[in-house]
Amino acid sequence: MKDLSLHILDVVQNSVSAGAKNIVVSIAEDTKKDTLTILIQDDGKGMAPDVVARVTDPYYTTRTTRHVGLGLPLFKQNAEMSDGLFHIESQVGRGTVVKAVFGHSHIDRPPLGDMAGVLMMLVGSNPEIEYYYKHTKDGREYVFDTREVKEVLEGLPLNEPAVLRQLKEMVRENLREVES
Amino acid sequence: MTKIKSLADLKKMKSSLQSQVALREKSDNPEGRILVRVGMGTSGIASGAKQVMEFLIDELEKRNVDAIVTQTGDMGYSYAEPTVEVTLPGQEPIVFGDVDQKKADDIIEKYIKNGELLDGIIPQNYETIDKK
Repeated sequence: MKDLSLHILDVVQNSVSAGAKNIVVSIAEDTKKDTLTILIQDDGKGMAPDVVARVTDPYYTTRTTRHVGLGLPLFKQNAEMSDGLFHIESQVGRGTVVKAVFGHSHIDRPPLGDMAGVLMMLVGSNPEIEYYYKHTKDGREYVFDTREVKEVLEGLPLNEPAVLRQLKEMVRENLREVES
Repeated sequence: MTKIKSLADLKKMKSSLQSQVALREKSDNPEGRILVRVGMGTSGIASGAKQVMEFLIDELEKRNVDAIVTQTGDMGYSYAEPTVEVTLPGQEPIVFGDVDQKKADDIIEKYIKNGELLDGIIPQNYETIDKK
């Protein structure tokens, strides 16, 4: 994975497959503490403790087409390589939380990447899922909430290319401000 | 184009967005729409599926092809990522492997517009060892 946004895209796919209706993605950058924290939380079907214990093992996967699953192991590896940590918690019937902390200034921390593009890809592919995205950096904050957006758009489909393009611009513009 | 930054700006844009959608819906018969699915598993993402999907969304719209572009999980063809499955109305789905921007362009121009087949189609009868 070239950047963190692609890891997020990958992990959120798990949430979608788990039947989540609400997905929270939060990115918190703290340059004083020198951390970048990514939190992905869903209300999907969750996993039993023995499954949770094995999901970061590259030779474990729930997929039946082949025997390796690298999404979470790679994410974990990247976090640990940049002096961070990785944690996953899940409860059957309640959902799953994945948390990864990175050393913000660590040379091995992948760049954040195109979060606006990733968000719109997720929103466009599963317009029925509610996404709540929050990005903070040293006290500045931006929130993108599909519930609010749907209210404003009053029935205009979120997976319409013209709509997605505007939304992507809007998120990109706001993230630029948070990042600056 | 004016920049939108807040939900209030988005609200102002709504009528123009609405007219674009309405224009499309007039010619719409859901059964007649082309379905394009991009494989977005770990291996797909790592091989550039995001760029391919963004390219397909933008270009299909620019070239006035009425298609739904969406994503799917891992299709089991990790040796040929990124993979793109195209279903033309009334036809069997076809999966293209090793899709980059150039190939995505060929898929639109040759397969979607003219029904020509391309190199790199993953045979339909392909089955993983597990299934046998």
